Amino acid sequence: MRYDNLLDSVGHTPLVGLPRLSPSPETRLWAKLEDRNPTGSVKDRAAFFMIAQAEKDGLLSPGSTIIEPTSGNTGISLAMVARLRGYRLIVVMPENTSEERRQLLRMYGAEIIGSPAAGGSNEAVRVAKRIAAEHPDWVMLYQYGNEANVRAHYETTGPEILKDLPEITHFVAGLGTTGTLMGVGRYLREHRPGVKIVAAEPRYGELVYGLRNVDEGFVPELYDSSVLTTRFSVSTADALRRTRELIAAEGIFAGISAGGALHAGLAMAAKAVAAGEPADIVVLLADGGWKYLSTGAYDGTLEEAEARLDGQLWA
Amino acid sequence: MAIEVRIPTILRTYTDGAKQVEGTGSTLGELFTDLDHKHGGLRDRLVDDGGLRRFVNVYLNDEDVRFLAGLDTPVKDGDTVTVLPAVAGGAS
Repeated sequence: MRYDNLLDSVGHTPLVGLPRLSPSPETRLWAKLEDRNPTGSVKDRAAFFMIAQAEKDGLLSPGSTIIEPTSGNTGISLAMVARLRGYRLIVVMPENTSEERRQLLRMYGAEIIGSPAAGGSNEAVRVAKRIAAEHPDWVMLYQYGNEANVRAHYETTGPEILKDLPEITHFVAGLGTTGTLMGVGRYLREHRPGVKIVAAEPRYGELVYGLRNVDEGFVPELYDSSVLTTRFSVSTADALRRTRELIAAEGIFAGISAGGALHAGLAMAAKAVAAGEPADIVVLLADGGWKYLSTGAYDGTLEEAEARLDGQLWA
Repeated sequence: MAIEVRIPTILRTYTDGAKQVEGTGSTLGELFTDLDHKHGGLRDRLVDDGGLRRFVNVYLNDEDVRFLAGLDTPVKDGDTVTVLPAVAGGAS
C-alpha cells in the first residue's frame, strides 16, 4: 500500500480472525488491529479528525497552541499531528501513567503538565479546563466532547469493519471518551440492523475513584447510551488475563484495554453459544503492548502483575 | 440469602468503612432499600426521583444495570453488585 505522507496512512487497519479463541466454527471472534496506525493506537484517527476540523473552523494557524487532558494515546497522536502541522501541544496527564507514554510525548515535542494521581482523568480534565480558561487563545480540542472524535469512527473505522465483515453481529470496544463506540456504533446500527454494540469499561483500583463526593463524577459529553446494547465493567485481573491469552493463543501482542475488550467479547460469544446462535464478533484492539511493558503486566504471575497495575490507569 | 454489594471508597462512611456489604431483595431496588436499613442514608446517595443517580454506575455481575432493567433488575443469591462513581475514560 502506498501513501503520499504519514497522515494519509491513518486507519485501514487489518481485521484478523481469532480461530483459537473462538468457541466454535459458528461463533467467531475477530480482532481489529488498531496498533497498525502511525503512532500505534486507534487515537490517531480521532486526533487527525479533531485537528482537521479545528483547522477548517479557523481555530488553528501555524504556531497555535493546543492543550488537551489525556493520559497518553490521544496525547501521543496529537503530538504527532501537531508536529507535522506546526502546532505547539501541551498535555495534562495524571502522574500515575507509564513512563513510555511520557517519553513518546517528549520525543514528538509535546509539553506535559502533571495532575494529581488521585482523581485520575477526572482531575486532568478539570485542570486542563482551568488552564484553557486562563489562555483564551489556546485551543482545547476536548476529546470527551468533540464530535470530530466520533465522526472519525463513523467515517473510517465503522465502514472498514463492515466492508471486511458484512456478516458482523457484535462490535466490542473499550469505553473511554466513548468516541469509538459512538462512531462505530452509530454507523453499524444504520447499516446492519440488529447488530449488538458492546462496551468494555475498565474497572481500576480504588485510587482512581477518589472523589470528594459522588456528584463530582464525570460522563463524557459524547456518551449516548442509546447507541449501546450493553456495557461491562472489566477488572484489571480479567483484562490482564485476556491480554496474556491473546498473545499465548493468537500471537497478538496488545495493550491491556484490548484484553478488557476481549473479555467482553468472550462473554458475548458464550451467550451466543448458549443461545445456539451464530455470531461474528469484532473486538477492537486499541493499541499494542509496548507502552505497558514497564508496568510489569507481561511479566511474572498474574497476581504479581495485577498487584503492580493496581492504582495505575491501564486503559 | 445473600447478595454481595461492593461499595466505592467515597460511600464507605455509610458502611463503617466496609468495602463489601451483604443484602437481600428480589430486585436491585429492594436490595438498596434493604441496605438502607442497615446503613442509613446509603440509598439516598444512589437513587433520586429519576432513578439511579447520574454519576453512579451499578453493575450486576459486571453488567451495567442501566442496560438490564435498572432498579427493577432481578437479583438473586450469589450475585455480585458493584457500585462505582462515574469517571473519565482512563488513558484516552
